[in-house]
Amino acid sequence: MENDQITQETLLQGETDPLTSTPVHLLHLDKVGKHYGNIIALRDVTMAVDAGRVTCVLGDNGAGKSTLIKIIAGLHQHDEGTFTILGEERKLSSPREALDAGIAAVYQDLAVVSLMPIWRNFFLGSELTTGFGPFKRLDVDRMKEITKKELQDMGIDLRDVEQPIGQLSGGERQCVAIARAVHFGAKVLILDEPTAALGVKQSGVVLRYILQARDRGLGVIFITHNPHHAFPVGDRFLLLKRGKSIGYYNKKDITLEELTAQMAGGAELAELAHELEALGGHTDVVAEVEAEVGATEARRT
Amino acid sequence: MTIAATAPVTDERVAKKSTVSKLLGRPEIGALVGAVALFVFFAAVAPVFLQPGSIATVLYGASTIGIMAVGVSLLMIGGEFDLSTGVAVISSALMASLFSWYFSMNVWVGVLLALVMSLGVGFINGWILIKTKLPSFIVTLATFLMLTGLNLGLTRAIGGSVSTPSVSNMDGFESARAIFASSVNIAGVDVKITVFIWLGMVAVASWVLLRTKIGNWIFASGGDANAARAVGVPVVKTKIGLFMAVGFCAWVLGMHNLFAFATVQSGEGIGNEFLYIIAAVIGGCLLTGGYGSAIGGAIGAFIFGMANKGIVYAEWNPDWFKFFLGLMLLLATIVNLVVKRRAEQK
Repeated sequence: MENDQITQETLLQGETDPLTSTPVHLLHLDKVGKHYGNIIALRDVTMAVDAGRVTCVLGDNGAGKSTLIKIIAGLHQHDEGTFTILGEERKLSSPREALDAGIAAVYQDLAVVSLMPIWRNFFLGSELTTGFGPFKRLDVDRMKEITKKELQDMGIDLRDVEQPIGQLSGGERQCVAIARAVHFGAKVLILDEPTAALGVKQSGVVLRYILQARDRGLGVIFITHNPHHAFPVGDRFLLLKRGKSIGYYNKKDITLEELTAQMAGGAELAELAHELEALGGHTDVVAEVEAEVGATEARRT
Repeated sequence: MTIAATAPVTDERVAKKSTVSKLLGRPEIGALVGAVALFVFFAAVAPVFLQPGSIATVLYGASTIGIMAVGVSLLMIGGEFDLSTGVAVISSALMASLFSWYFSMNVWVGVLLALVMSLGVGFINGWILIKTKLPSFIVTLATFLMLTGLNLGLTRAIGGSVSTPSVSNMDGFESARAIFASSVNIAGVDVKITVFIWLGMVAVASWVLLRTKIGNWIFASGGDANAARAVGVPVVKTKIGLFMAVGFCAWVLGMHNLFAFATVQSGEGIGNEFLYIIAAVIGGCLLTGGYGSAIGGAIGAFIFGMANKGIVYAEWNPDWFKFFLGLMLLLATIVNLVVKRRAEQK
C-alpha cells in the first residue's frame, strides 16, 4: 500500500508558472519533515493543494495533522523538505505571513466572540469605516450588507445578521468563519476538524459549505479523522500515521472501504487480538476484535 | 457539481422578532424599568421630589457617580474591573491641590499634572494586568491599597494635616471652578455643570462603543480575548486604554471635588468604587465582560441619585439608604438576567 503514492499529473486548473509554463500547485509540500528536539513529529510528507480542489488530511490523534497544518499556517517551520507556494519555495514565519500569502486557517475554536452580532464578528479586526478624523465611524450598513451577501453566496440562510453569533448552531458558526476567510481574500482554506464536534446533520451542512468554497475556486485543506466525511468531498487524500505519510491517493484510485481500512489499520488490529489472547484476555473481547479484523480484511479484498 | 443554495427566506423569520422583544434585548432595559418604577414611587410618596429644584439635585447626585460609571462600564464591557477608582478620584484631586499649593503655582499646572498622573495610574494598572496576567481584582485591589496609603501619607507629609490647605485664593482657581464646579441656570433652576459633563461623556462613550472600531474591540476583548487576538484585534492596547479612560474619569470627578470645596479630605473616596461598579451592573453590564452599554451605566447612576435623595425627600431615615441600594442591585440584576434569557430564546 505504501508504494501506491500517486504522481500529480492530474492537475486541472493549477496556476501556470510564467517561466516554465508548466502547471504549478497552489501549495506543494515535498518530503516535508519537522522535529521538536529529538522527537520526530512529521517526516516525509508530500501533498499538493490546487484551486478548486479539496485535499483531505486523515489521521488519528497524534498522527501529525496539527503539526502539518501549523507548518502551512505559519505557526511552525519545517526542518526538512520543501514547501512551495505557486512554485516559489517559502518558509512562513508567522500566521500574518501565511495570511498575506492567502492561506487562512479556520480552527476548531473558531475565533468568534459569541456575545457579539454576526456582522461585528464577520468584520472583527478588519472593520470598514467611513468619515474622517474624529468623525471616523463604522460603516455599519455596508458591513451588514456585505455580511449578508457573503453568507448568502455561501448558501447560508440566516435570520438576522444582528443576532449574537452564539445563538447560531455549531455548523452555522463554522460557515460564518469560512465565509469570513473567503471574503478577506483567502486562496487556501485550512479547516481543522470542522466536523469533529458536530452531529450528523450539522456535519452535512459544513461539508456542503466545503464544496461551496471549492466551487468558488479555493484550494481547501480539510483535516479530519472521519473517512466518511472526507471521502464524499475530497479530491485527494493524505493519510498520516505517527507523523508519517502512509498513503497519498487521488479519488479515482481509492474507495471509501479502502480508505476506512487504512485508517483503522487492519494489521494492527490483528496484532492486538493476538496480544490479548496471549495475555489470556477475556474471550468475548478477543472474539470481538477478531471479528473486526475479519471485517476489515473482507473490506480490503 | 453544483450545490443547491437554499434561497434565503430571511424576511419571514425576522418578522417574528417584534420591536418589543428587540427593545427587551437591550442591555439597559432592566435598569430603565427599575428607574421608571423608582421615579414613580418617589413621586407618589414625596411630592416635593417632582419639583425642578429637587430633580436638579437628584441629577447632580447621579452625575458624581455617573461620570465614573462611564469609564467603569466601558472597562467592565472590556472584561476587567477596577477597585481603585474611589481613591483614584481623591488622589487626582490631592495631586492638583498639593502641587499647586506647595509650589505656589497656577492651579491649572496642578490640574494638568493630575491628568497625567491619573492616566499614568490607569496605564500602570493595565500594564501590570497584561504583563502578569493576574486577575484585575488583585491588581486593582493592590492599587487601591497603595493609593489609599499614599493619599494619607503624602497629604500629611506635605500639608501637615489630613486635609489639604485651601486653594480658593490661588491663581486660576476661578477659571478652573467655572469649568469643573459651576452651575448653569436653566429656567430659574441651578443645574450643576457636572450634569452636562456627565451627559456629554455618556454620549461620547456610547458613540465610541457602538460606532467605532475601538468599540468593536472593547466588546471583543471582553467577550473572548483569545478569539479577538486571533483575528488581529489589539487586545493589549484596548485594555490598557480602558484603564486609562477610567483614569480620565477619575481626573474629571477629582477636579470637580477639588474646585467645589477648595480643599480635599485625604481619607475620602474609600468604598465609592463599589458605587460605580453597582451603577454599571444595574445598568446591565455583565461582570464577565463582553456585554453592556454606557447608557446603562448612566441609568444605574440615575437610580443611585434618585434613591439617595429620594429617601431624604420622603423624610425617611437615611440609614436605610444602603439597604435600599442593595435591594435595587439585586432586583435590577435579576430583571436583567430574566430579560436577557427571554430575549435570547426568541
